[in-house]
Amino acid sequence: MNTPLSWIKAYVPELVVSPQEYTDAMTLSGTKVEGFECLDKNLEKIVVGHILSIERHPDADKLIICQVNVGEETVQIVTGASNVAVGDKVPVVLDGGKVAGGHDGGALPEAGIKIKKGKLRGIESCGMMCSIEELGGTSEMYPDAPESGIYILPGDAIPGEDAVELLGFHDTVFEYEITSNRVDCYSVIGIAREAAATFRKSFVPPVVTATGNKEDINDYLKVSVKDNKLCPRYCARMVKNIKIAPSPVWMQRRLAACGIRPINNIVDITNYVMEEFGQPMHAFDYDYIANHEIIVACAKDGDTFQTLDGQERKLDRSILMINDGEKAVGIAGIMGGDNSKITDDVKTMVFEAACFDGTNIRLSSKKVGLRTDASGKFEKGLDPNNAILAMNRACQLIEELGAGEVVGGIIDIYPETREGKRIPFEPEKMNRLLGTKISAETMLEYYKMIELGYDESSSDILIPTFRQDLECMADLAEEVARFFGYDKIPVSLPNGEATTGKLSYKLRVEQIAREVAEFAGFSQGMTYSFESPKVFDKLLLPIDSPLRVTVNILNPLGEDFSVMRTSPLHGMLNSLSTNYNRRNKSVRLYELANIYLPKAIPLTELPEERMQLTFGFYGDGDFFDMKGVVEELFEKTGMNKKPHYKPASDKPFLHPGRSAEIIYDGITIGYIGEVHPEVTDNYKISERAYVAVIDMPSMIPFTDFDRKYVGIAKYPAVTRDISMVVPKNILVGQIEEVIEQRGGNNLEGYELFDIYEGAQILSGFKSVAYSITFRATDHTLEDQEVSAVMKKILNGLQGLGIELRA
Amino acid sequence: MRDQLEQIKKEALKQIEASDALEKLNDIKVAYLGKKGELTNVLKSMKDVAPEDRPKVGQLVNDARAVIEGKLEETIAVLQKKVREEQLNKEVIDVTLPAKRSKSGHTHPNTIALEEVERIFVGMGYEVMEGPEVEYDHYNFEKLNIPKNHPARDEQDTFYISDSIVLRSQTSPVQIRAMEEGKLPIRMLAPGRVFRSDEVDATHSPSFHQIEGLVIDKNITFADLKGTLAEFAKELFGPETKVKFRPHHFPFTEPSAEVDVTCFKCGGDGCRFCKGSGWIEILGCGMVHPNVLSMSGIDPDEYSGFAFGVGLERIALLKYEIDDMRLLYENDIRFLKQF
Repeated sequence: MNTPLSWIKAYVPELVVSPQEYTDAMTLSGTKVEGFECLDKNLEKIVVGHILSIERHPDADKLIICQVNVGEETVQIVTGASNVAVGDKVPVVLDGGKVAGGHDGGALPEAGIKIKKGKLRGIESCGMMCSIEELGGTSEMYPDAPESGIYILPGDAIPGEDAVELLGFHDTVFEYEITSNRVDCYSVIGIAREAAATFRKSFVPPVVTATGNKEDINDYLKVSVKDNKLCPRYCARMVKNIKIAPSPVWMQRRLAACGIRPINNIVDITNYVMEEFGQPMHAFDYDYIANHEIIVACAKDGDTFQTLDGQERKLDRSILMINDGEKAVGIAGIMGGDNSKITDDVKTMVFEAACFDGTNIRLSSKKVGLRTDASGKFEKGLDPNNAILAMNRACQLIEELGAGEVVGGIIDIYPETREGKRIPFEPEKMNRLLGTKISAETMLEYYKMIELGYDESSSDILIPTFRQDLECMADLAEEVARFFGYDKIPVSLPNGEATTGKLSYKLRVEQIAREVAEFAGFSQGMTYSFESPKVFDKLLLPIDSPLRVTVNILNPLGEDFSVMRTSPLHGMLNSLSTNYNRRNKSVRLYELANIYLPKAIPLTELPEERMQLTFGFYGDGDFFDMKGVVEELFEKTGMNKKPHYKPASDKPFLHPGRSAEIIYDGITIGYIGEVHPEVTDNYKISERAYVAVIDMPSMIPFTDFDRKYVGIAKYPAVTRDISMVVPKNILVGQIEEVIEQRGGNNLEGYELFDIYEGAQILSGFKSVAYSITFRATDHTLEDQEVSAVMKKILNGLQGLGIELRA
Repeated sequence: MRDQLEQIKKEALKQIEASDALEKLNDIKVAYLGKKGELTNVLKSMKDVAPEDRPKVGQLVNDARAVIEGKLEETIAVLQKKVREEQLNKEVIDVTLPAKRSKSGHTHPNTIALEEVERIFVGMGYEVMEGPEVEYDHYNFEKLNIPKNHPARDEQDTFYISDSIVLRSQTSPVQIRAMEEGKLPIRMLAPGRVFRSDEVDATHSPSFHQIEGLVIDKNITFADLKGTLAEFAKELFGPETKVKFRPHHFPFTEPSAEVDVTCFKCGGDGCRFCKGSGWIEILGCGMVHPNVLSMSGIDPDEYSGFAFGVGLERIALLKYEIDDMRLLYENDIRFLKQF
């Protein structure tokens, strides 16, 4: 919403304020000013000039030399403009003055253009006559200006006077951000009312006078409304003997400042009233209204309609239409029809000012794919009581502008009058909510400024219908706060019962996970929660993979963002790929984010959101580095049991011989592996890449931050080394299982210190060497105690086909 | 014998003085003071001395020993010092050679900003909570006083999963979940992902983060809201920071406000960063709407509260002067390394 300050001042005549003061004060009282533009910011020393004589330039065919009276003196100006004549009054920028732009109408330079006297082909030129472009406008928005050439001022302009004033450019246009609840402020009147209250000045809205000839509209037109819910009010008036002409400059200026292009008097009046009252209006050519009858009713499924922009629109039975006796002539509240639009030949017209159901307009506008200034206003839910004011204001302007003869009477279908609400006046409650001590009298003064009434007998605040946003005490408290000043409300801190500030246990574990990851050289990445279903192919998931069962977005931004991820891998691999392709060496990333697993398809309840800790890297390191990170994490979260790794078979995206499930205390809590070379190819990573994914909900139950001190060993340890020949298919994990199972209470630990395949070892076998440590807590171990345990271990290993090396 | 001792002493001192290595001194020590050393030999020959003279001779031997030992120690000390100095001189390194760093990773700027915010509010007694990212429509909208077909739904461009399930467009539904738990008073902070169908560009992302705050108790006032957020702004942006509350509209709060802080680059004078205004908008807030309280089973006549929502990316972009939001989701290590 844009308004020029001059229009606001028209209804708040006492308002004297700088643009910045206005911006600050209006914003603080709740009408947020986004910005402003002073139309005259680069217009300096521009006066009315009177062209006294014109002669040809001796050395240039396209230039003329003008003697121009600029008040005190006469100056010589050389120009290339061809539209000036002796006797014309024109805007002249004097030597040392400034204009807003060049004559070509290109982008306006921030600081304007300085004009100095100089010579044009040897002839002195002192100043410049200005076109509308040089004054910062366009001939489109200022149709009173010639398309190219010098702007010609009215004949009664006085030479030497301020031409900018005469042009109406000593004005500032403000741009507002109006919140959706304040429909009333989508109008000049609404903003002027707020401005008057903000600056404590009186508000003088335009006086709408009676209009119309002695005739009765009912002799011309019949109106019926079939659905009073969708159309709570429909007002119609008529104008005959229409004389299409340009609207006056003052009206054109106001519309241009609001960003609306002036067209002709009739169109301009409807636009003007829409800006002024916030009520969209429509005009139909009466001669094209069949049977001179208007019927407001819904379309039928499958109907089509050509709107006045020439587009064919598909309709259905939920869309409200304006029909005549035979056909549709407009989509209610959205756009009129091509078949009844006002043309330059119009003689008689029907003016419509109606109130339509906001929700219906919003939905219809979506369905027909057409959002207009009018629908944008209607969909917020307009005040039906405003419709008649706007209608009569439009007719008043018709008469004032001599645009036609208004027919007497009005057709007003308004079966259920909208009454203003009442809200109990509770000053104490309001002060308690705000933390203020504002007197009841002061509150009532504020209310009076914005036209809220007070019924002393019931102590109710009377809400005018244009303030549909006010419904309860809290709303009234905000009105008080706005005009008292948010900045004047005191500052305190809640002083109730103390509460404990803390992170949830889950967040604590995540925090430690982040620390471990970063300690191990992984940086935190973040990726989107939605992705393309095509990523499942990139990850080589079979068609029947449960990971392909996704939560789908009905209205995605595109296929790439259409399904909620069921695996964090694509995000990770994509990020690694980005880095790889930007030639970043050895990148380690981790992410903590949810995957979304539907419980049933179609979705009947919320999907399961599972937090995944995902590690990924390429470059320095291998599978076992990744394993080290995982085990570091377990240790730091108090998971002191030994995790187990089971070669994974169901992870098609991982290297089949280099991947494993991570098992803790019998439960699978994640997986780890080298990424399948085909998958790294798919992600254009030409190096080995490794990933590990921890399913946090599976891991968290095993975490434990409780620590208990165990005495430091007093008795010496005994270490035995064994060197074995092991069948190749036996995993060291199996050997360790035997050591653990058979090592007895005094087993302190074991360490793999050599593994070897190749010469000297029979093919099909490998050499594995362990160092096993025993220690008792209560005595020094005897040799034979250790030997007995070692024997048990060796027996167990023999069961796996393992022999001691000679 | 006296002369003999004197001779030994003299010879020993001479040798000591002539020594230039610790090993030689050791040899001298053995040669004179050792079990078979010259002084020991003198002592051994005591048996030839008249008994009455023995103490005197003993004294003489001990004196000689003390002198030699003293000189030895002194010389050892000097030589040791010299050796240490030589060693140190040899071991000079170029201290400007590059450092050997442990290659630890980096925290995402969003997380750094979030942790700062969490630290501030946890210190004020807020509990950090979470809620689902895929959320029921009635938590995301209806219970927040945004009924079906409310125009505010259009403003938020929500992603729908079904008629009744959405990707939450705000963290505010966590407010409702906290209130429905029924434990009062509430001081909670709920950070998390939210989703809106905005095309990706330098200032928009279809997925971003908010931090929701909610306080419900008896006698909570708008003044409390102002005080809390003023404290927050000072903690986050520095003690000189001022806040400005501007009236605004949110369906689930009344009165509502948007909050600006003085630009932390120019301190409020106006610069390129704050587009010359001296202020930067950082959050929306307000007093919890009585309808919202009632819908969650809290009596608005007995309890009141305030809520606020901060855009995490907005804070991160502002605080770390990141000029393109896309950087936050690309995970280019050269970007992440800077945090």
